[in-house]
Amino acid sequence: MSRIIRTLGDGWVIARRNVIKIRRVPEVLVFVVISPIMFVLLFAYVFGGSIDIPGGSYREFLIGGIFAQTVIFGATFTGAGIADDIHKGIINRFRSLPMAKSAVLVGRTASDVIYNLISLLIMALSGFIVGWRFHEGLLNAALGFGLLLLFAYAFSWIMGYIGLLVPSVEVINNAAFMVIFPLTFVANTFVPAENLPTVLRVFAEWNPVSAVTQAVRDLFGNLPTGIPEPTVWPLRNSILYTLIWVVLIIAVFAPLAVRRYGTAAKRG
Amino acid sequence: MANAIEARGLVKTYGKVTALAGLDLAVAEGTVLGLLGPNGAGKTTAVSILSTLIEPDAGEATIAGIDLRAHPDLVRSKMGLSGQSAAVDEQLTGFENLDMVGRLYHLGRNRSRERANELLERFDLTEAAARPVKTYSGGMRRRLDLAGALVAEPPVLFLDEPTAGLDPRSRNELWEVIRELVGRGTTLLLTTQYLEEADQLANDIVVIDHGREIAHGTSRELKRMIGGERIEVSVTNAEDAAKVRHVLTSYASGEIQHDATTHTLVAPIAGGADVLTRVLRSLDAEGIAVEDIGLRRPTLDDVFLTITGHHAEEEPPAEEATPGRGEKKKRGAK
Repeated sequence: MSRIIRTLGDGWVIARRNVIKIRRVPEVLVFVVISPIMFVLLFAYVFGGSIDIPGGSYREFLIGGIFAQTVIFGATFTGAGIADDIHKGIINRFRSLPMAKSAVLVGRTASDVIYNLISLLIMALSGFIVGWRFHEGLLNAALGFGLLLLFAYAFSWIMGYIGLLVPSVEVINNAAFMVIFPLTFVANTFVPAENLPTVLRVFAEWNPVSAVTQAVRDLFGNLPTGIPEPTVWPLRNSILYTLIWVVLIIAVFAPLAVRRYGTAAKRG
Repeated sequence: MANAIEARGLVKTYGKVTALAGLDLAVAEGTVLGLLGPNGAGKTTAVSILSTLIEPDAGEATIAGIDLRAHPDLVRSKMGLSGQSAAVDEQLTGFENLDMVGRLYHLGRNRSRERANELLERFDLTEAAARPVKTYSGGMRRRLDLAGALVAEPPVLFLDEPTAGLDPRSRNELWEVIRELVGRGTTLLLTTQYLEEADQLANDIVVIDHGREIAHGTSRELKRMIGGERIEVSVTNAEDAAKVRHVLTSYASGEIQHDATTHTLVAPIAGGADVLTRVLRSLDAEGIAVEDIGLRRPTLDDVFLTITGHHAEEEPPAEEATPGRGEKKKRGAK
């Protein structure tokens, strides 16, 4: 018990430090703010006109997918932050202190939720401007946002682990891209999954990104009436399936990352 | 007196590169050991192992009587690390950095703040306390870095090349601080590439090369081994080198080194400026045209020439050593 308290206490110190850094280097926030706006506008106006969704508006359909993709990309900050701390020798300082071994990762993943909170807010606002609405009440909408944040939180443990593996900060973005791009595009994020070729369709149906997207569309009331109800289990039980993945990802990647952290050092 | 730091047979290899090849170290409580060697000799690896950052492939060590492998967490509460292998956060202010370290030592909120302010005051950083570290000069940054290692007043301190890249004034200031610390009874292991630094600060000096000890002694013993000051003579005409050597022979206290490419001869001498005057007179009497002549203190290179017969060469770096070196240059430039 005292170990858990110590871990949370140390994690809090690290999270606080990261938040101070967000305030000191607001340039990073520009990316956090601009890219969601760009995505919403790009998809709404470039593709929005040429893609037809039976029984619904493509823009409304799209927003859920963009939300999911953007918060997943936001997890890259975790990896970049960790890699940067190693490169600067700050991880060495932390590791020379009698603090909890998992605290740096616990604090980092927690403070990075702020990035995702900001991008979600910005996206919701720009969504409103281009005509997106939620139809299932405020509570369901809040649940949708919560689910997105939770999924992104789990994902940032994957990215934190990758951040500990890569040799430099520059590599992290490419490494993240290789993981995130297929995951977010071979899914129902931008087009309904049933239109995909078989192999991709099966992947898309079991892809957790599809589930989280389906779940938020459901919670926002953005599912077009013209698209048939999904038949596969993950999409029929999208909230549960998403939560299972959240637990699974954290259960696998948190121990992996913490163990890796225990040997991470800038050697000079 | 008990040893505050003791290591036996430390071995660490990275792929084919042997960073440490069986290093023994012993530092008595309240004393300073200088670990002296060129880049890539294994100094940082040794400090990283002793400060629990990396695990050795073989060997054992105790810090403040605590077994390193069995209780790394306990060791961490007894030591502080500063210098090349640990850093401060550039975006945080000086105060925030120290306050954070205090909290991670679990000193508590009030004590952490108090301690941060004390250290800022002591290291003459109070005025800069509220400024982000990236605005600090190289010397200020090193002082803050050192302060970070002192937050919990640990009995054992590791300083990894604390003055690398600093200008002479900042270096002297840092030396003062370190001397004061040791005066209070802290046990210190210091790595350096400068013989002068080891001479100034350390009771005991261990010279390492390729991850193993090549010499060990007090600064006085080491000086006896390598001789005192050097006279360095450069001649314009290569033919004169032999004549200069002849002149120097009667003053030299050890072997004369001759660098044929720069036409420079170096001789260790027993005296100081008086010997230089006499050498100058002799050279003048012989009618030898001298391009440059001077007196200098022995360097790490001289130690290596005396002990191993070769220069203090930088190792081709192990893969892991590269970023460290780049980093050091960067820090030095600031």
